Amino acid sequence: MNETVSSAAPAIELRRATKRFRTPSGGIYTALRDLDMTVEPGEFCAVVGPTGCGKSTTLSLVSGLEPTTAGRTLIHGRPVSGIDRRVGFMFQTDAVFPWKSVLDNVAAGPQFRGTPKKEAVDKARDWLRRVGLSGFEDRLPHQLSGGMRKRVALAQTLINEPEILLMDEPFSALDVQTRQIVSDELLALWELTRPAVVFVTHDLEEAIALADKVVVLTVGPGTVKDTFPIDLPRPRTVQEIRFHPRFIELYERIWSSLRDEVQAAYDRTAGQSPQPAGAA
Amino acid sequence: MTDLGPTAAPTAPRSGTMPADAPATAPPEPDEAALIRAARTRTRRRGLLLRAIQCLLVLAVLGGWQFGAAHGWLDPFTYGSPSGVADQLRSWFTEGTALGSIWHNIGVTMEETVLGFLIGTASGVVLGIALGRLPALADVMAPFIKAANSIPRIVLGSMFIIWFGLGSTGKVALAVVLVFFSVFFNAFQGTREVDRNLMANARILGASEWRVTQHVVLPSAMTWITASLHAAFGFALIGAIVGEMLGAQAGLGQLIAQSQGLFNADGVYSGTLIIAVLALVAEFVITRFEKRVLRWRPTQLSESASL
Repeated sequence: MNETVSSAAPAIELRRATKRFRTPSGGIYTALRDLDMTVEPGEFCAVVGPTGCGKSTTLSLVSGLEPTTAGRTLIHGRPVSGIDRRVGFMFQTDAVFPWKSVLDNVAAGPQFRGTPKKEAVDKARDWLRRVGLSGFEDRLPHQLSGGMRKRVALAQTLINEPEILLMDEPFSALDVQTRQIVSDELLALWELTRPAVVFVTHDLEEAIALADKVVVLTVGPGTVKDTFPIDLPRPRTVQEIRFHPRFIELYERIWSSLRDEVQAAYDRTAGQSPQPAGAA
Repeated sequence: MTDLGPTAAPTAPRSGTMPADAPATAPPEPDEAALIRAARTRTRRRGLLLRAIQCLLVLAVLGGWQFGAAHGWLDPFTYGSPSGVADQLRSWFTEGTALGSIWHNIGVTMEETVLGFLIGTASGVVLGIALGRLPALADVMAPFIKAANSIPRIVLGSMFIIWFGLGSTGKVALAVVLVFFSVFFNAFQGTREVDRNLMANARILGASEWRVTQHVVLPSAMTWITASLHAAFGFALIGAIVGEMLGAQAGLGQLIAQSQGLFNADGVYSGTLIIAVLALVAEFVITRFEKRVLRWRPTQLSESASL
């Protein structure tokens, strides 16, 4: 609540953050090791990395769903302890409530936070209009297409007006065309409230098209390998920005950084190098 | 699961309304309407045929039984006869039974059954969800619940007669115990199987643990809970009837027990028939409830396939 501290500090800061899990067989699995990362308020940061590099784990640390094992995770300069009201999270799988109508799904956030029902519902109608789902208020999620369900999830998350928006491969289940349309919608909505975003994806094209900054993680245990600022002009159109000469240049540079990690991850799962490939 | 013949026919016409929940599309073309009409007619014909076969089957069995009883192949004293059952039912409903009016007896049994069902279901759901949500509590309680569940519940009937006497309290108690475990295990399992993502989403949207239970766990576990309700009502009926057989002043179980004491086979069948009708009515009500509660689920494939 100390505004002077909040405005000066970065929105998200991970300092030598480490996360270990107990495996069912009793061992210890290190998902993240000494990860350093900063996201400024209003910054759109994409995180890319090979399969199993701890991209999603980063998000669970920031969201407060999982505690940091060692190191620090800060939001607006304060250590994360539990779920923070300023954080919104969009999951990879469908996380809209299948038993609630579209309207009730979007109104759920404000209602959970104590807004009176009528006010919450009015606000939800407003957000449904913004994501282009007016007229679908009474539908149940299973009656919608995948792209529409994603827009419901987007409205459900954004209605709480999060200062920090975490997205875990949110559009990976969509077909390529729908995905580009929904991505454009995301950018338009992001411009409205300008939260700090951490967008996890394995798709480098998507990362560059959306973000101000792309962070490449190493093969697990994940840590930051490189950070690339994306100086493409905004507003962007996801379908078209990829033909920008600067886009291709950035793509080549980031890919050369990412390629080794992807190869190492593939070799590991393919069983060619059972030893961790000295990722530090 | 229990959707056998009788309920299959009434649900079939409903599948004709299926296209209503397709997202707003252009109005159906005329030939499409004709197709739908043809499909409906086919469904209705099939339903009628099924009904006819079922009626024939009943007639064959009852007719064979009556024929056998009339020609001395089946001793009517031991095996009864359909006409004997009909006479018995008529006298019960017009003149009353040895234990007073038949409606009174039905009322007593139903009251015990329904009370046992409601109390057992409520406690099963509450405890199942509580233990499912609080793993520490579940770990503490696990051995006790396993031990309690291993007792054949019927012996509790004797215990309840000592505790509560011959009134209806002991029957309700027996029904509660029988219902509780069947609902409890389903509610517990249903709570454990709730999608972790949905719970995390609710928490991040700002839900307290109580709200998570209310808005995510309960609706999600409802698929498991409603599945157990069909069996649970049967258990409630068993509890009430067995309790009455062990000792009571009124009720269908006592009526059957008395008929048995008098070697009145027709009386036993008549009581059984009334109980079966009650169970079917309850099954119908529970299925309606289930459909209502689980409205949010996508239309089942089997239902749309019959179009």
